[in-house]
Amino acid sequence: MAITIKVNGAAHRVDVDGDTPLLWVLRDVLGLTGTKFGCGMALCGACTVHLNGAAIRSCVMPVEGVGDAEVTTIEAIDATAAGRNIQRAWLDLEVVQCGYCQSGQIMSASALLAGNPHPNDSDIDAAMSGNICRCGTYIRAREAIKHAAKLSAATGQEG
Amino acid sequence: MLFDRLRPNAAAENGLSRRVFLKSSVAAGGGLLLGLGLPTFVGDVIAEESSSFVPNAFIRIGSDGSVTLTMPYVEMGQGTYTSIPMLIAEELEVALSQVRLEHAPPDEKRYGNPLFGGVQGTGGSTAIRAVWEPLRQAGATARVMLIAAAAKRWKVEPSSCHAERGEVVHKTSARRIGYGALAGDAAQLPIPEKVALKRPEEFKLIGTPARRLDAPSKVNGTAIYGIDVKLPRLKIATLAQSPVFGGRLKSIDDAAAKAVKGVRQIVQLDDAVAVVADHMGAAKKGLAALVIQWDDGPHATLSTEAIARDLEKGTLKPGAVAQNVGDVASAIRRAATKVDAIYQVPFLAHAAMEPMNCTVEVRKDSCEVWVGSQVIARARATAAETTGLPLDKVVAHNHLIGGGFGRRLEIDGVTRAVQIAMHVDGPVKVVWSREEDIQHDMYRPYFLDRMSAGLDEAGMPIAWNHRFAGSSILARWAPPAFNNGVDPDTIDGAINLAYALPNLRVEYSRMEPPGIPTTFWRSVGPSHNVFVVESFMDELAAAAKKDPVDYRLALLDKAPRARAVLQLAAERAGWGHPLPEGSGRGVAFQFVFGTYMAQVAEVEVSKDGEVRVRRVVCAVDCGTVVNPDTVQAQVQGAVIFGVSAALFGQVTLKGGRVEQTNFDTYRVLRMNEAPAIEVHIVKNTEFPGGMGEPGTSAIVPAVTNAIFAATGKRLRTLPVDPARLKHA
Repeated sequence: MAITIKVNGAAHRVDVDGDTPLLWVLRDVLGLTGTKFGCGMALCGACTVHLNGAAIRSCVMPVEGVGDAEVTTIEAIDATAAGRNIQRAWLDLEVVQCGYCQSGQIMSASALLAGNPHPNDSDIDAAMSGNICRCGTYIRAREAIKHAAKLSAATGQEG
Repeated sequence: MLFDRLRPNAAAENGLSRRVFLKSSVAAGGGLLLGLGLPTFVGDVIAEESSSFVPNAFIRIGSDGSVTLTMPYVEMGQGTYTSIPMLIAEELEVALSQVRLEHAPPDEKRYGNPLFGGVQGTGGSTAIRAVWEPLRQAGATARVMLIAAAAKRWKVEPSSCHAERGEVVHKTSARRIGYGALAGDAAQLPIPEKVALKRPEEFKLIGTPARRLDAPSKVNGTAIYGIDVKLPRLKIATLAQSPVFGGRLKSIDDAAAKAVKGVRQIVQLDDAVAVVADHMGAAKKGLAALVIQWDDGPHATLSTEAIARDLEKGTLKPGAVAQNVGDVASAIRRAATKVDAIYQVPFLAHAAMEPMNCTVEVRKDSCEVWVGSQVIARARATAAETTGLPLDKVVAHNHLIGGGFGRRLEIDGVTRAVQIAMHVDGPVKVVWSREEDIQHDMYRPYFLDRMSAGLDEAGMPIAWNHRFAGSSILARWAPPAFNNGVDPDTIDGAINLAYALPNLRVEYSRMEPPGIPTTFWRSVGPSHNVFVVESFMDELAAAAKKDPVDYRLALLDKAPRARAVLQLAAERAGWGHPLPEGSGRGVAFQFVFGTYMAQVAEVEVSKDGEVRVRRVVCAVDCGTVVNPDTVQAQVQGAVIFGVSAALFGQVTLKGGRVEQTNFDTYRVLRMNEAPAIEVHIVKNTEFPGGMGEPGTSAIVPAVTNAIFAATGKRLRTLPVDPARLKHA
């Protein structure tokens, strides 16, 4: 059965089983490899994308469940102010190491910042604890989120 | 691994590390090509100098002024791609942004890491130490040649010219000319005999924080890891391997799997089955629909407990002597106090975020491999061996690695992918599920250690006896390095302690566990030995009723760099200042990978025994610091990696099967659990030490020593067992 989903502003028709996780449609069918596979069970957050702006784990999201919602992936997160500020902050604070989990980290952080322009430590814990990083970049990621909040405030580009 | 026995100081004593073999020629497309020869080591023997030296690293200065380094090391998060170009840029007098990197193609003869037994590999925190002198020499040589070319053109003395920002400048006439315009001429000049390197105080780049060159592509999703390879006609496969190591595939019923939309093929191997499909979703669904019968083979009843019992028995007998100082037996006899303890560390998985994967296309007379590997030449070799093709018919492409930690020093995944690809028409990307990745990892070995010490009247150690047993990775991975029963990696961190111990004996028994493969894991030998040594040292301080920091300092009189880091960490941590009840501070010191490090951990133990690591203070002396920001980042990450292992990490076997499957049963630290980490770097101009790994080995005993301080309970078996720490 062909399913149509909207990804990064464009509609795509894909011919896969409806229970296929969105992750594999993005990576293997549409070739958007920025979204990563880590666990397949929503335990690590590497596959995080936005569904109408909310962070979800695409590895457990059946593609038939997407419906009319807008899927945003790391490849297009710079189209949002929160996404741009998070990316900027990630570079300013040199967060990345191996980088593999960072797409997911950035998608979780962007969704947080878009909904909460001034997150405190417990807000950050709540939004980010589902994203595992084996290189241990947590300390810098936390600081980068706070830095991004300042960038947003400075440019008046909240959300 | 081979590093500490092979540390560059050893080479310097042989007069080799100061000598750099260079060859110059005209680069393809014009410009200067400088070939550079690094001395290679096999085991701990420096390879015979060859009269016809073959360069194994290249610096190309193009006629457009571009500087390209062909580099034998792979980036897996440790910042190598930023730190190594700094060495060349420093001496060549170009901006860091002007240096471009190219992966070295697989060729063990040319690109072997000299500290790595000549194997083309990245690991053991060796990269900077291996290239520290040669790359600066090469950069300086190229600069001198470019200056000479300019001076010749201007008909002035070379000494009246200098280089800056990729140009040669003649100050008195205010003339300047770019490297690109000089590179062709420079290639015609003889290589200068001797070139002076900058003094540390002249460094402009080295020692300053440099931006990671690989970061931008990692924040926008464009970085390509092995798992991201795209090819025309590419199929995706996932696999199930015998759940018991050494078992075989008996039979499958694949009717339901074949009916899954997108499934193209089922591949049966002796001990594994793979489902090949249009995408991973279909492959996984197909695999779940397969009915598989396994023959579990000889290890069907194996358990971790049985392995531990064997090791316990094995350590009743003497092992191979790794180090012997003085006379431990007689010193123990005259000791006022004796302390004995048994320590155990578990098997550990790597659980890198990028699951194992490898893409292969096997054609009639050739084979191509796409993978992220710490040992790309070995990856290529196994593809040749598995397919039966000659090596020159195999091409291997290396990629970014989504976390190495030692896992990508092995090629089992490549071998497996090639076996599958031999049954598939066209390219196939084999992707391990997380469960398959954890249950068919190669693991940090289980070790069991018997410690005994004798203390004098004052409580100071006069005898230190350390006997342990477990797997030797080098005996399999680099057999020439395994000599007289001793593996220089496995004993690293147990011998040559910085402490003054007048009578010391370290014995090791190689005992390979049945039915579970082992390999390197971040901080390798020290990941086990530092835990044992520093925990036991803490026990001795407690037995002597002395402060753990003072006790260690008293044994470090003749080790000023060791004393300095220990004192610095203690001071910055507020050592001695009271903490609330249920909290405690623990200290650990180590000298491994050529780096001195001390850490103080602050923990909080709840009534139900849950441990939170609140704060970690690390003092580090890694000699000359190339990129201080990378040193900070590596310590932060290594500490978190080590805390994960200390609190949660263990792989256990039951019925021959690995019991852990995913991040729910193989827990790792999350952001809300991460401690605050402070890193204090001691500045000096000593030879650089390794930084990728030391942070991991040091934190583990700092945490368990802190738990002792908080609860009075000494944990000698990892990981931390909250049940043992419950209190009313």
